[in-house]
Amino acid sequence: MSMQALDQSEAVQTGAYDRSGEAPLLEVRNLVKRFGALVVTDQVSLSVRPGELHALIGPNGAGKSCLIGQITGELRPDAGEVHFRGERVDALAVPERARRGLARAYQVPRLFGSLTPEANAAVAEISRQRSGFRFWRRASTDRALAIAARAALDRVGLGRVDAPDPAGRHHPRPAGLLAHGDKRLLELAMGFASEPAMLLLDEPLAGLGPADSAAMVSLLRSLKGRYGILLVEHDVEAVFALADRISVLVGGRLIASGPAALIRTDPRVRTAYLGEDA
Amino acid sequence: MLLGLLLAVALIVPLLGQPYYTRLVARMAIFGIAALSLDLLVGYAGLVSFGHAAFFGIGVYCAGLLPMMGVQQVWVIVPVAMLVAALYGALSGLISLRASGLYFIFITLAFAEIVFYIAQGLRMLGGDDGFRLPAPTLLPGGASLANPVVLAYTMLAALVLAVWVARRLSESHFGQVVVAARDNETRLRAMGLSPYPYRLALYMIASALCALAGVGFANLVEYASPASMSWVVSGEFLFMVILGSAATIVGPVLGAVVFVGLEQLLSAVTEHWLFWLGIVLVLRVLLLRQGIHGLLAGGGQR
Amino acid sequence: MTAGLVLEQAFNGLQFGMVLFLMAVGVTLAFGVMNLINLAHGSMLMLGAYFIAAAAQKITAYPLAFVAALMLTAVAAVLLEVVVMRPLYRMGHLDQVLATFGVSIAVNEAVIMVWGREAMFVAPPDWLDGTVALTETISYPLYRLAITAVAALAGLALWLLLARTRLGMRIRAGAENGDIVGALGVNVRLLFIGVFVISSLLAALGGVMLGPLIAVQSGMGDPLLILALAVVVIGGVGSLKGALVASLAVGLIDTFGRMIWPQWLGDVVGNIVANASVYILMALVIAVRPSGLYGNHAA
Repeated sequence: MSMQALDQSEAVQTGAYDRSGEAPLLEVRNLVKRFGALVVTDQVSLSVRPGELHALIGPNGAGKSCLIGQITGELRPDAGEVHFRGERVDALAVPERARRGLARAYQVPRLFGSLTPEANAAVAEISRQRSGFRFWRRASTDRALAIAARAALDRVGLGRVDAPDPAGRHHPRPAGLLAHGDKRLLELAMGFASEPAMLLLDEPLAGLGPADSAAMVSLLRSLKGRYGILLVEHDVEAVFALADRISVLVGGRLIASGPAALIRTDPRVRTAYLGEDA
Repeated sequence: MLLGLLLAVALIVPLLGQPYYTRLVARMAIFGIAALSLDLLVGYAGLVSFGHAAFFGIGVYCAGLLPMMGVQQVWVIVPVAMLVAALYGALSGLISLRASGLYFIFITLAFAEIVFYIAQGLRMLGGDDGFRLPAPTLLPGGASLANPVVLAYTMLAALVLAVWVARRLSESHFGQVVVAARDNETRLRAMGLSPYPYRLALYMIASALCALAGVGFANLVEYASPASMSWVVSGEFLFMVILGSAATIVGPVLGAVVFVGLEQLLSAVTEHWLFWLGIVLVLRVLLLRQGIHGLLAGGGQR
Repeated sequence: MTAGLVLEQAFNGLQFGMVLFLMAVGVTLAFGVMNLINLAHGSMLMLGAYFIAAAAQKITAYPLAFVAALMLTAVAAVLLEVVVMRPLYRMGHLDQVLATFGVSIAVNEAVIMVWGREAMFVAPPDWLDGTVALTETISYPLYRLAITAVAALAGLALWLLLARTRLGMRIRAGAENGDIVGALGVNVRLLFIGVFVISSLLAALGGVMLGPLIAVQSGMGDPLLILALAVVVIGGVGSLKGALVASLAVGLIDTFGRMIWPQWLGDVVGNIVANASVYILMALVIAVRPSGLYGNHAA
């Protein structure tokens, strides 16, 4: 079955979830990125609709992170277009796209290591309310900031993490000293904290133990429907459990795209990718 | 608490009527302000500037030049000095903040050299030799900063004010963004904030604050010369910041106090005190990993 | 401005540029291979000059004094590497800047402790004391030509070392990717000492040769170091090609600038612009290309 055929059949096939009539939140058209002779993104087109969880899978080196980078603006594509909420954004810088509601969680958590988790989330709120040029008011006693930050952390279930200092007093632990699982949660919370329309998640399960992993999957399930999500993930089981739609990237090309049930049975996907795991 | 104790001592010393010690207090307060202003960049924003003496020198030259035009009032000289420094900070920051890491260190040095050569080239102002201050800066009411006691108390007041402003600044929304940009620039961008305008604003603030110290210094030595903005002075400022430990408000002030004390002590003992100062600097980096403040605070905290 | 004067200034600019290259290449190698910012590099130039001045008082044969001065610098470089620099390789830029700044302050004062505050003077060897006729009317000091030639030879030797030998291959691999050196099974410790000594010797060579041209005094290497840092930034950190191109450009711009700007802009402004021209150039380059002309290092 060809890619086009998959796309056409999907409107019929998707039963439980069908918002295909809505305008897409994110639309990527014929994106191309080369590094020298190596084509890492080869005519990729895909879309994410509001509230949809669209998963992107593929073997290592398939160009998944490069694709995400081009959507957020960290990488500049050589050709093609990126549209977000009806606006062409591929000429915009990373912060400008973020301010339009495109958030990202990184594979390796990127946190403000010296700040507490609360302060980390507060920076997201400062960005949202554009109060970065307030020079006098204390951030730590700003109630609006604290409430928004706590809400962002609560959303991922990250409680207050204290650490005793040598004198035995308890201080909030800086983000740089959190356990790996908590860093992941905070990373996710930072993505949501700016109240985005869409979230790009780069391997949120990587490096997590079974318990943390299960918690993350149920967390992602609880968030589903509220945001458009493009999820890059290696854990195929989790992907099939979560995704409304799946696209398969191999060698920079999309070889298949459609609802989970169809992808699972697609023979080309099985030989190219799933076969390795099955 | 430590700072309070130091302040108490500093407030008593000028009352003893010993000009040497009074001037020492003034000197410590002046370099405390300079180090504090540099720490805003180095400690809080992670921007290692090796050209901060340029702004100090701008303050020195403003305090020397304005009296030539008949202006001695502190409320004209200080704002003018801070404004000129902030403008040069904006101009040089626009370019240098595009660079990072090693490039930033060297380009700030280059911008300081440009100011240095301008001062050195002004032959009517004595060129390389500089010039004697024609008249001291005057406080409202007519008290002169040429009087060591007046100078010491004025600079102490300015230091206290600077510490307060720096603390509020570092805890403000702005300060949080600046620290966040230091910790993880990529994340900040992904959140919709570009670090550049915040760093530029901070760079201008730090420049202006350093010019204030420069005005004090000109009155202390009653002299203005390009030497006040040489690269060695920039290095000494960095040393003060790191000696005390960066990214704390107390640290750099403490570093300035210890540095000035060390300078006086060593120069009293040996003609070749610079040699020993250099050795202390090397030892500080190789052996004392957390700075004096870190040492006093029990090593656990930054 | 006559053609002869232009030619003479071009030779001066070339000579200055080559001495800058000797400095800059050491800065860029140390950063590329060891990730070290070395503000004590100017001290190496100064030590070279002091050593030749001191050696010339004891040894009459110039070539012997020349070799002795370089050997003494090499010994100083090894000591410095082992005692101070080695722990710095793993530290942050700020620590490196401070520690090497401290070294430069200490060395600047140490030469005063040993040789006094008075500047020392070195005579060029007799057999280089003549002039060469460039045109029928313009003659040029032989010694200055010799400096350019020796610096060019040193540059060529460095290029041969880097391009044609196993050691050179390892150094280049290290300059491009610091992590790779260990993976090559190289004795990293020795390699780093080697690179540090080579960079120091190149700087000292500059000092040895400049001795007869400028006063040998404390701090004489610092202005050259700052210029060399500008060269490295303009050329792009870690790039040897960038260091060469930028050195020659800076040498020529500085030399011609000192002649041209005062004529165009008057004495005061012209002199200021002439003195600051290299830094203005550097600011312009960074404004357009934040990592220099040939830089790709995320420094």
